[in-house]
Amino acid sequence: MKVAIKRISSDPLGLLGLCLVTLIVVSALGATIFAPYDPIQLNIMDRLQGPSANHLLGTDQLGRDLFSRVLFGGQVALKVAFLTIGSALIIGVVLGMIAGYGPTWLDNSIMILFDTIRSVPTIMLALAAVAMVGPSITTVIFVIAVSSIPNYGRVVRTQTLTIKSKDFVKAEMLMGASLLRILSIHVLPNILGPILILASMDIPTVIALEAGLSFLGMGVKPPTPSWGSILNDGFSLIRNTPWPIIAGSIPLVLATLGFTFLGESLRDLLDPKLRKFL
Amino acid sequence: MLLYFIKRIFLGILIISVAVTLMFCMIHLVPGDPARIMLGPRATPEMIADISMRMGLDQPLVIQLMKFLGNILKGDLGIDVISSRPVTAIVFGQLPYTLWLIFTAIFGAMLIGIPLGCYSALHRNTLADRVTGVISVACITAPSFVVALYSLLIFAVTLKWFPAIGAGVKGDFFDQATHLVLPAFAIGISWVGYLSRLVRASMLEVLGENHIRTARAYGLTEFTIVYRYALKIAILPTVTVIGVGMGFLISAAVFTEVVFARPGLGKLIIDSITTRNYPVVMGSVLISTGLFVISTTISDLVNASLDPRIRANL
Repeated sequence: MKVAIKRISSDPLGLLGLCLVTLIVVSALGATIFAPYDPIQLNIMDRLQGPSANHLLGTDQLGRDLFSRVLFGGQVALKVAFLTIGSALIIGVVLGMIAGYGPTWLDNSIMILFDTIRSVPTIMLALAAVAMVGPSITTVIFVIAVSSIPNYGRVVRTQTLTIKSKDFVKAEMLMGASLLRILSIHVLPNILGPILILASMDIPTVIALEAGLSFLGMGVKPPTPSWGSILNDGFSLIRNTPWPIIAGSIPLVLATLGFTFLGESLRDLLDPKLRKFL
Repeated sequence: MLLYFIKRIFLGILIISVAVTLMFCMIHLVPGDPARIMLGPRATPEMIADISMRMGLDQPLVIQLMKFLGNILKGDLGIDVISSRPVTAIVFGQLPYTLWLIFTAIFGAMLIGIPLGCYSALHRNTLADRVTGVISVACITAPSFVVALYSLLIFAVTLKWFPAIGAGVKGDFFDQATHLVLPAFAIGISWVGYLSRLVRASMLEVLGENHIRTARAYGLTEFTIVYRYALKIAILPTVTVIGVGMGFLISAAVFTEVVFARPGLGKLIIDSITTRNYPVVMGSVLISTGLFVISTTISDLVNASLDPRIRANL
């Protein structure tokens, strides 16, 4: 861990990424402490103000403090990213190992399923789902998770196939090891590294998707603050004030940049060979 | 070669049919009656029964699925609930706007991104290369709707250089072109970064090869070597990336169409969701999926005809 931090800090972009990510995570987790106002408290008297000492990023059309909304919006972004990537990763690993280890027909069917999911643009899948069950944070998490399962599944399958044909695994099989033992003791630890790097590089995409869907009004429901819904408010007020757009976009851009720089730096650090593939 | 082509096209058709079946299952297995969802909370039982019968929802699921697939083969995606026009006509009426937007964006991105990548590769590890690298990553990560919002805010609302809304008057080429600039910029900017990094990497690889060394030995100018010989090979990964990137392009188009109130597939879907016009939503999703599958198939075929190693892998 110490070595990792030292190595990251020797890479200026990685260090910048680490700082940005820390900033975003700390401000989101500590939103209740840092936020000067209640993010959904209306205050019509102070509506549409520019930045001032009282309201660091100004206020929106209902007089809500934008700085506080940005902080709480970070919680939504991180929650969605964590839950989405976590569930996609678990299902992807299981399906990928089944495809890599199972019989050919099962492998082929899983691969066709993966190819099909990948052939529907994520936004389109999300919009179709919203049309069916209505907008909510659960729909967002579900759709993004489903559409990112193939990314993990395919990598896991390839790695499983490689490890399966290694001599030490064959030897273990001859000694009568159970399938579960081979998969959990030998295959899983070997695929975990690349999968975790893939997951870390997926975070900015998921955050941008959540914000995008909330921007379209198809994600988080009002009055819950999300960076996307702040941008949506800003879009409808674009001829009156630029501040909600600026307030919503700063954390979004900082978060995507920070996670990207950090992810690339981690990838180079942990497994330079992957550079070609990711 | 021919065998690969047939296999790959068959795979494409298989993927589309699985996608259609899954979508059908999604419509029918999601909790809640499709007729009820369509009519909204104020529907009476009689209205629901009427719509169910008109949509054939009272028949067994398997028969419904067969009918659904059969209709799609005939090019029939159902009827718009509000205007009673066929969905196919509506979707294909909006599709050209989206395609023009996507092609303008990707063409512009290639025009800027590819030379930028060549420049970076030739001036490797100089300050200019590093700056381009960082800016490229920043461009790639910037969400397209944020770029769209800022370009609307700066160039349309504040500076008033470009129009903010719509796609321009039909038939007036100049007007339509000016309406295309900002949306295409919003979609294309991340591709400039992406393409420049991609071309840089593959250019560096190609420049180390033997035939380039031979060209150098013959005393050809650097310009001729890079743009006439190396770029031809270095451009190959771009073909794949654009084919696979079609999905991202369609997604980005949804956002930009909403921000600039431009007609197109994305705007059509969003409007249809708000008016609960759900045959149109499903039709548009299917068409865009079809578009994506076709473009990945084409890019695979192009790649296979350029690189024999790929053919062995299917």
